[in-house]
Amino acid sequence: MADSLFAQLIGLCAGVLLLSAVLLVWRRTRSGNIRLLSLQGTTLAVLVAMIGLHRTSVETLAVAGLVMFLKGYLLPTLLARSALRSDVDRDAPVINPTAALLLVALLAILAYVVSRPLASLGSGPTTQVVPVGMTLVLIGFMLLATGRHAISQLIGFLVLDNGIATVAFLASGGVPLVVELGVLIDVLLVVLILRVLTGRIQTEYGATDLDDLTELRG
Amino acid sequence: MDNLLLIPLAACLLLAGATATFRAPWLNRFAGIIASGGVLVCGVSALVSVMAHGPLSAAGGGLRADALSAFMLTVVGSVGLNSTWGGLVSKQDAHRGTWVYQTLVTLFLGTMSLAVLADNLGVMWVAIEATTVTTAFLVGYQSTRRSLEAAWKYVVIGSVGVAIAFLGIVLIYAATLSSGTPTLSWVSLHSSNLAVDPAVIKVAVALAILGFATKAGLAPMHSWLPDAHSQSPAPVSGLMSGVLLSVAFYAILRVQAIAGSVLGAGFVRWLLIGGGILSMLVSAALIWAQKDLKRMLAYSSIEHMGIVAVAAGIGGRLAIAAAMLHVLVHGLAKSSAFVLAGRITTAEGTTEIGALRSLLERRPGLTNPFLAAMVALVGLPPFALFFTEVAIVFAGFRSGLPMVMIAFAFLILINFVGLVRHSTLMVFGKSERSNVGNIVDSSWHGSRISIIAALSASIVVPFLMGFGHVLARISDLLAVSR
Repeated sequence: MADSLFAQLIGLCAGVLLLSAVLLVWRRTRSGNIRLLSLQGTTLAVLVAMIGLHRTSVETLAVAGLVMFLKGYLLPTLLARSALRSDVDRDAPVINPTAALLLVALLAILAYVVSRPLASLGSGPTTQVVPVGMTLVLIGFMLLATGRHAISQLIGFLVLDNGIATVAFLASGGVPLVVELGVLIDVLLVVLILRVLTGRIQTEYGATDLDDLTELRG
Repeated sequence: MDNLLLIPLAACLLLAGATATFRAPWLNRFAGIIASGGVLVCGVSALVSVMAHGPLSAAGGGLRADALSAFMLTVVGSVGLNSTWGGLVSKQDAHRGTWVYQTLVTLFLGTMSLAVLADNLGVMWVAIEATTVTTAFLVGYQSTRRSLEAAWKYVVIGSVGVAIAFLGIVLIYAATLSSGTPTLSWVSLHSSNLAVDPAVIKVAVALAILGFATKAGLAPMHSWLPDAHSQSPAPVSGLMSGVLLSVAFYAILRVQAIAGSVLGAGFVRWLLIGGGILSMLVSAALIWAQKDLKRMLAYSSIEHMGIVAVAAGIGGRLAIAAAMLHVLVHGLAKSSAFVLAGRITTAEGTTEIGALRSLLERRPGLTNPFLAAMVALVGLPPFALFFTEVAIVFAGFRSGLPMVMIAFAFLILINFVGLVRHSTLMVFGKSERSNVGNIVDSSWHGSRISIIAALSASIVVPFLMGFGHVLARISDLLAVSR
């Protein structure tokens, strides 16, 4: 692949990743958010595939396929099934959307500041967009901290995880395959466990509004 | 001899598989005990072999045991044996459903063994994340509202914290990639001739330590710990408090050694001392006002992790040796205390400190060993925690940190008074409730034997022949090589 084309495509993917994260903060319907998460996972897979093509590495292409299946399809589908069981589709936001978007802008600046030492990792197009991955991590944190509903917190967790994966692929072209597989399986298991817990909390409390979880204090 | 390292992993995996498949009554009772016994035997043999012939490695270098790994494997095995044996249920109580519990406990022991044996930082990370996966349902095992809430918090905060640590590990990998030798092997990373960018390593190490500190229960990322440790079944609380926290701290020690060889000791030192002192402060404040027995023990674990963090921050031979001994003895004492507290609260039907009174008179069979475990935990001689705490204070003064050490000693004192106050009220306090009679607990299942052995071990271990050499070897291993 030509270098200039590669740089443009990487930039495009990073743009879509960032945009999907910002839209996740802005939108409040749960089904829409799950679709956005699926888009984000797919974009991440395309990004990995691009890096794989550029380096002509079969291993990275295989990882891209796996990421596509897991983050683009499986995890969002699992979330959608959990969401189906709850009757409300809307989350009452803890902070209003305008304030949340302003916060996202601040987080993006913070991500660029934090990523400054990482510039020395190389001067290629992939290193330049590492801050986008960091922004995703911070936005994921924010979604996790402000999500009241179990599904919203799960979405936040997955955005955070997508952010970490983005940094991993951009900064180093991915960690060794064994580790990569372990990481993907662990994330899948954590989501499955949280899904089972969500179901149990639902039967116990009648809803999955986590504001109700206040029995343990001090 | 090198294949010794495969045994604990294979044994745990096979036992878990067998328990899940056959669900035989004896496996439903003994799987955890057999697994931890196996881990303990492998740990001790590995330790002996490492001291005699140097590091072992297996699975093509993927598994490696130096003195630190072998020591931690021994800790996992001994604390595991104490918790699982102490939590052994009688034949009548072992209904068919306990296979889930035993399978998860066995897998939990296996993941902890993998975490301490992996040479690759990435594999170590995967194993530590897998401990969250295997313990999630154990925390929520009782399926009450409280335990579900605790399990939710535990999984969310635990996995986010550990995810942050992964970001740090990725950046370490990226740094080695740009220097031309991509590696995540601890041995290669620790050899000081890697030309990596210190600025990148600084960010990476900060993230990795922050992440693993969440799992190790250091303040201010400790909020999941008292919930998870108080809601789990008692043997699981013992395992989590006694050894899982230390396994997470082991990861911090490995990262600290890498940071030391690139950045020097200063940067990580203050991260650890700050987190450690803050943890001791948090536990001091919350133990004083504590109303729940198991939560009190959980906060005491935060205090002890804080002590170990301060010791690791000080660094040097004496402090690291003290920290390692502290990890072992705290694990034995805390798992004993949790198992006994679990049996006391089950017998009394409450976990409220205010409702538990004159236990010594009413339940001497459980209370005598519980009292001994508490004496060990608050750091009174002859138990080894007394000597380790004194050694840490000495080491701190010698490294020129007098103010830190004054704060450290003061906080130990506050925690001591808090724990003693609650314990004496529970054990000796006057009770309105009628005397339930001297229930002497002499059944051999869930027996006192393991706990008596564990507590005696926490007295004699420091004086064992050759033990000092082990601690010295670990300190040299972690020493800053530049």
